[in-house]
Amino acid sequence: MNATRQEAPERREIEELLPWHAAGTLSRRDAQRVEEALARDPELAHRYALVREELGETIHLNESLGAPSARAMEKLFAAIDAEPARRQAASLNFGTRISEFFASLSPRTLAWSAGAAAVAILLQAGLLTGIMLNETKTSGYQTASAPTADPGVGAFTLIRFAPQASSDDITRFLEANKLSIAAGPMAGGLYKVRVAVTGIPKAELARIVKKLQEDKVVSFIATIE
Amino acid sequence: MQTTSDEVLISRIAAGDRLAMQVLYARHHVRVYRFVLRLVRNEATAEDLISEVFLDIWRQAGKFEGRSAASTWMLSIARFKALSTLRRGPEDELDDETAVRIEDHADDPETTLAKKEKGSLLRQCLTKLSADHREIIDLVYYHEKSVEEVAEIVGIPEATVKTRMFYARKKLSELLKEQGLDRGWP
Repeated sequence: MNATRQEAPERREIEELLPWHAAGTLSRRDAQRVEEALARDPELAHRYALVREELGETIHLNESLGAPSARAMEKLFAAIDAEPARRQAASLNFGTRISEFFASLSPRTLAWSAGAAAVAILLQAGLLTGIMLNETKTSGYQTASAPTADPGVGAFTLIRFAPQASSDDITRFLEANKLSIAAGPMAGGLYKVRVAVTGIPKAELARIVKKLQEDKVVSFIATIE
Repeated sequence: MQTTSDEVLISRIAAGDRLAMQVLYARHHVRVYRFVLRLVRNEATAEDLISEVFLDIWRQAGKFEGRSAASTWMLSIARFKALSTLRRGPEDELDDETAVRIEDHADDPETTLAKKEKGSLLRQCLTKLSADHREIIDLVYYHEKSVEEVAEIVGIPEATVKTRMFYARKKLSELLKEQGLDRGWP
């Protein structure tokens, strides 16, 4: 009978994780479990040494495979040039701009924003009422995606995103709701977000805010009057 | 120095930015090529596939949602292309000359003879594994993919990923034993 099948399920479970532990791709929790098991089980430690050998030789083997010639790249870009033209690259979609914006922030900046948000939350209600919405009486709802819109015109809200929301989450949220960030981050990690390129009735704005509030990426939202 | 993330590059590619495509290609084409080559085992076929894989990336960039790492998404496309090619033509499946040549220049002059022989034998046996086993070993050891990412690329449950990796390693040990190298496991 195969010896590996007779072993305790816990050892087998840990042993199955050894390749990922060697490659450094386990979660911290699993890595700690494996480390503890290796420290108390010499047989497991021996098997881990075998895994490390395999890892080293697999890398060696792959690194010896060389690279494709320049012909592959030439062929690729000839094919790309033959593709139908797309919308101009300069008009990057909104998601790209938001992704780039978040990518440009250092972790320290992001951490500061989150921390400041926690401190400032109690002050926001008072501040919000002081910011005037440039509201016109035009009826109807228009999306915020028009690139020619005057940045100062439209209907706005103030939003603070949930600290656990990733930039991808926020990008998806903004795109799905056709929103654009007009300014921010401001004190307290707040962003001025445009919900329409023209002013809209208060009732309509309230309805939109209520809908947006239900999204988990939104930690705080308020209208600007 | 901060470099543009793969996700941002892909967004730019979706908008038709050819330069972003060049950057992404320069960043990833070698690893994607090696992944494909290990699957199809033919350099000419792998090189043709690389162009096709990146052309697909160009075409599908707008569909990339960033739910997984860009490299995981690209390897998924590469795998699909490689397996489609293997299904189309059995003549592409094996190129033993490639495997043999890999071994020819695999020795490391710095190591002892015994270690050299053991390492060389291990690499030789790595090339003899089945396509499924080669693939999972490469994804875990060379492409540094987590259990979850391998599951996404290969399209199997995470529990199966762990089991398949275990049996790939077991098979590797058996092949080594057949070659006279008993590692004491399994």
